[in-house]
Amino acid sequence: MRTALFVTMIVLSSTGGEITLSHVMKRIGEVKDFAPLAVLQLLGRAFRTGWMWIGITLMAIGFFSLLVLLSWEDVSFVVPATALSYVVGTMGARFVLDEQVSIVRWMGVLLVCIGVAFVWAG
Amino acid sequence: MKTYALLVLIVSFSSLGNILLSMGMKQIGAINDWSTTLLGAVFVKMLSNGTIWLGISSLLLFFVSYLLVLSWADYSYVMPASASGYAIVPLLGYVLLGEIVTSLRWLGVGLICLGVVLVSGTPPNTTARD
Repeated sequence: MRTALFVTMIVLSSTGGEITLSHVMKRIGEVKDFAPLAVLQLLGRAFRTGWMWIGITLMAIGFFSLLVLLSWEDVSFVVPATALSYVVGTMGARFVLDEQVSIVRWMGVLLVCIGVAFVWAG
Repeated sequence: MKTYALLVLIVSFSSLGNILLSMGMKQIGAINDWSTTLLGAVFVKMLSNGTIWLGISSLLLFFVSYLLVLSWADYSYVMPASASGYAIVPLLGYVLLGEIVTSLRWLGVGLICLGVVLVSGTPPNTTARD
């Protein structure tokens, strides 16, 4: 029960965090200048938005929940279980970020998800 | 092209960062005592360990590359495509370190590669922006 709760928390907060960061970066717009100074200025703009901090907080919650879960579960269980993030993240991309996820992309996501589980269970 | 270049950076920096952090923590030694004083001492050791700093720098570069690519590419594209690290690490372990890779693990590596190829074949950006 405690394990299921933590797996859910890791999957939801880490994908939630990444979806939030994706939203922030899309609002900032496509980066075309990769000079170090331009990149720093762009990061400065990103960090001045509230969403950026919400995203980072969610990712931090996901990361610390992972550390806590690893204190009683094996990494060979934890990584395959959290591979569900690929499916949850893609659903978030579709329904929250309104991305067009084609059948081919869905198939790719599912293969990656099963593959990650196999690599760690193997 | 720049999408692929950044994906290569993402996979390289995240794998390298994790390997360096793991090496650094092994140099520090296993944590068996969870008292605040000892954890404080471990923290100080971590901050004075060069390998850990290299690991942290590598993960910061990973994070910046991730943010940059997300400024134009779909999250549902970047996330599975950057999973190729999961396939590359066992491959490197087999080739460079002579580690034994089980058949289930090889199957996993194959599935990840196939998945990444499928996702990479889709257009990176599907959302119209203003």
